Amino acid sequence: MNEAMHNFLSIDLLPMLAGTLAAVTCGLLGNFLVLRRLSLMGDAISHSVLPGLVMAFLITGMRSPIAMFGGAAIAGVVTVVLVELVKKLGRVEPGAAMGVVFSVLFALGVLLIERAAARQVDLDADCVLHGQLETLFWFPPGDWGQLFSFTTLSEVPRQVVTLIVMTIAAVVFVALLFKELRIAAFDPALATTLGYNAGMLHYLLMIFVAAATVASFEAVGSILVIAMLVCPAATARLLTDRLRSQIVCSVVVAGVSGIGGYVAATALPAAFGLEAVNAAGMMTVVAALLLVIAIVFAPQRGIIARRLHQRRLGRTVALDDMLAALYRLEEAGTESVDKAQLATLQRGHKADHALDQARKQLLVASVSGAIQLTEAGRAAARQIIRRHRQWERYLVDQAGFAADHVHEPAEQLEHINSAAVQRNLAAATKQASVDPHGRPVPNNNGDDDPESATH
Amino acid sequence: MSSAPSSITNVTDEWPGWSQIFETLTFQAGFNTNLVIVGTSLLGIAAGIVGVFALLRKRALMSDALSHATLPGIGLAYLTVTALGGSARSLPVLLTGATITGVLGVVCIQLLLRHTRLREDASIGIVLSVFFGVGIVLLSVIQSMQTGTAAGLNRFIYGQTAAMSMSDAVLMGAIAMLAVAATVALLKEFALVCFNDAFATVDGWPVSFIDLLMMALVVLVTVAGLQAVGLILVVAMLIIPAVSARFWTQRLWVLVVLAALIGGASGYCGSVMSALLPRKPAGSVIVLTSGVLFAVSMVCAPQRGVIAMSIRQLRVRLRIAGEHLVEAAYEYELEHDAALQRDILRAVARRRAWPAWLGSVIVWWARQRGLIRGDSGGAIALTDAGRRDGARISRNHYLWEQYLISYADIAPSHVDWSVDQVEHVLSDALIDELEAALRKRGVEIPQFQAVRT
Repeated sequence: MNEAMHNFLSIDLLPMLAGTLAAVTCGLLGNFLVLRRLSLMGDAISHSVLPGLVMAFLITGMRSPIAMFGGAAIAGVVTVVLVELVKKLGRVEPGAAMGVVFSVLFALGVLLIERAAARQVDLDADCVLHGQLETLFWFPPGDWGQLFSFTTLSEVPRQVVTLIVMTIAAVVFVALLFKELRIAAFDPALATTLGYNAGMLHYLLMIFVAAATVASFEAVGSILVIAMLVCPAATARLLTDRLRSQIVCSVVVAGVSGIGGYVAATALPAAFGLEAVNAAGMMTVVAALLLVIAIVFAPQRGIIARRLHQRRLGRTVALDDMLAALYRLEEAGTESVDKAQLATLQRGHKADHALDQARKQLLVASVSGAIQLTEAGRAAARQIIRRHRQWERYLVDQAGFAADHVHEPAEQLEHINSAAVQRNLAAATKQASVDPHGRPVPNNNGDDDPESATH
Repeated sequence: MSSAPSSITNVTDEWPGWSQIFETLTFQAGFNTNLVIVGTSLLGIAAGIVGVFALLRKRALMSDALSHATLPGIGLAYLTVTALGGSARSLPVLLTGATITGVLGVVCIQLLLRHTRLREDASIGIVLSVFFGVGIVLLSVIQSMQTGTAAGLNRFIYGQTAAMSMSDAVLMGAIAMLAVAATVALLKEFALVCFNDAFATVDGWPVSFIDLLMMALVVLVTVAGLQAVGLILVVAMLIIPAVSARFWTQRLWVLVVLAALIGGASGYCGSVMSALLPRKPAGSVIVLTSGVLFAVSMVCAPQRGVIAMSIRQLRVRLRIAGEHLVEAAYEYELEHDAALQRDILRAVARRRAWPAWLGSVIVWWARQRGLIRGDSGGAIALTDAGRRDGARISRNHYLWEQYLISYADIAPSHVDWSVDQVEHVLSDALIDELEAALRKRGVEIPQFQAVRT
């Protein structure tokens, strides 16, 4: 084992592992909080476990992990119960109820810390907030063979062991109760009628959040807990609609934030000759960057994807409107128009682009500047006009619109190009052959029905 | 005053003597201390008032995100000023930085809400944690620069009135007074937007501008409170007084005054405590004081308090149970022309699942009201008033039952239980309506005799 490797193992491995484990645990649990719109419950709990921890210290007088978990779990449940009580008994709005409860509990915790400090118990509110990843240190053996021996592993700091246990517990919890958690997340009432106790599940989840907070707080601080409870799940939510893939995705995002954040906190400043910055804080920054990337680039819900979709839609509408305008002119007896006339017909649209598109798709032909519909263009236009006039018919006959108020809505509805809507529309208008203004509704076959024109 | 301790753990407090406590409480502890106490109390008043509108606009936790988002601003301002060679301890500069990122945080929440499918809770959580995380990173950078003055920035997280200089206190007090003045001047506009913003829009008020002003006041108070209460707990100063005051009143101006009083009292207690025990984080004391006031309000308030509501609820339950008793006695009398015997009463109690003690309480209640009188042998005999009541309830029961059968298509065998709950709360107007509705369906309404025949 060379020196660089040894350095990595002793200095970097454990903080990175601890941060990543905390991130993954919280990211996993956060999925259910975000879905149930309880993200801020995680925030509240991670603030209010503080008095629970300090109480546990003050009562037992030592930093035993079991007492810590006990204190934190109790504080977590007390928070949830108090928030419910204030909400129900006091009829206080949920956000305000949470704010009241967690701020009072946190204030209590800060004051209690002083009592603890007076009795020489080593506790620090700063460490609760932003953690002390940097203090995790390990003395790995000199060669690879002893890396996994019992004595070596038993020297792994307690915080890391706690986090490993917590991560396994959280994974088992979600895996075992996945079905129940899913139902409770989307439809608590259904869960109750199916015989799952949604309330119990809620408290169980909150206990796990509290436990994850405690397991994480010594190493990474509560701020990373809050960030990881929300950010990875939110990122995953933007990328997928399926719960399973959302969970996988959020865990990956959390893991990447943990490792990436640590690297960014240590290696990046070192490259500029600076000292390492706070790793827990950097992990939240990386998580936020990943979220921003998802917001911008997500395949369906991303800003770019939506913009592109809108633009495509806008172009389709412009093309549709152009074809319809040409068709109406033909109906009125004008066989062709020039470019300037077309531009005035295309209110609000970019006529040039639509015309290019139409030419490319051979929907219009221009012969020495005179633009007219081709056969294919006429067929396409007939469909649009057919939809438009059917919608007008429908709006007057079925929706009670006045005949002189239907053009504008029909102008929008005509662009809905779905076979199912088409069928229903035709049925609802009883295959009407004229629109409310007496103009013929083009039929589906392409041949002009001479009868409809006479009506 | 001395600079803040680097960590709040190295503390050994000694309680001051009574005379010192009295002096501090009554503003005799020196000009500087008084200034801090007055400033913090003013801040409490301002936060209470501004908080009312934040609460009414359902922005309690938005303010939390805002206060957390001030931390990177403080760090950035510190770094910028240090890089330019200025004095990084200048409070106005740090607070300007805080304001900028605080506002940026709120803007980010709005952007997240508008451009993604994320809900408000997730958006607030994201902004809160990420901005705070950035702040922590910046603080660690500042600490690593070892310029010696960096430790003072911690006071913005937990609040430390003891570390305030005179000019700091004056600045805080001035901002607080500005916020109070602005709120009082715009009370009518704020009230309008809070209670009916749609109407305000239609009526031609610049709603989004007024809304923005309310938010700006929240920013102002938050930033002013950073140093005294700390950014984690400043949200409590905004919302707890308002939520507590809400228990006592339904009128806006009373609400504002009460919230101001509660906020002011908390600020006063917190800063006095902090002056006596210099290293006590004032924020915690302020928040705990207002927390106690909140608990008192929630339990004791005359209308909406828990005690008052429980008493009201108990009364209603007792009345309903008593009416059930009278109804049973009436129907028994109608059928058997005799007072309700003790064993029948027991059967009624069993059907209603009344424990034995409740049974006696109910009998006591009905006798107290003059609805029944004890007969020989423990039977329940109705008085005339009781008979009238029994007839009324019995009739209500019948009307509602018939209504459910003829209008709601509920099988006659299934109506009885649900009717038991409704018959006691039917108003006279509703009964008239029921009668009219039933007549329309041709349902016969029999006479319910109130006089013994």
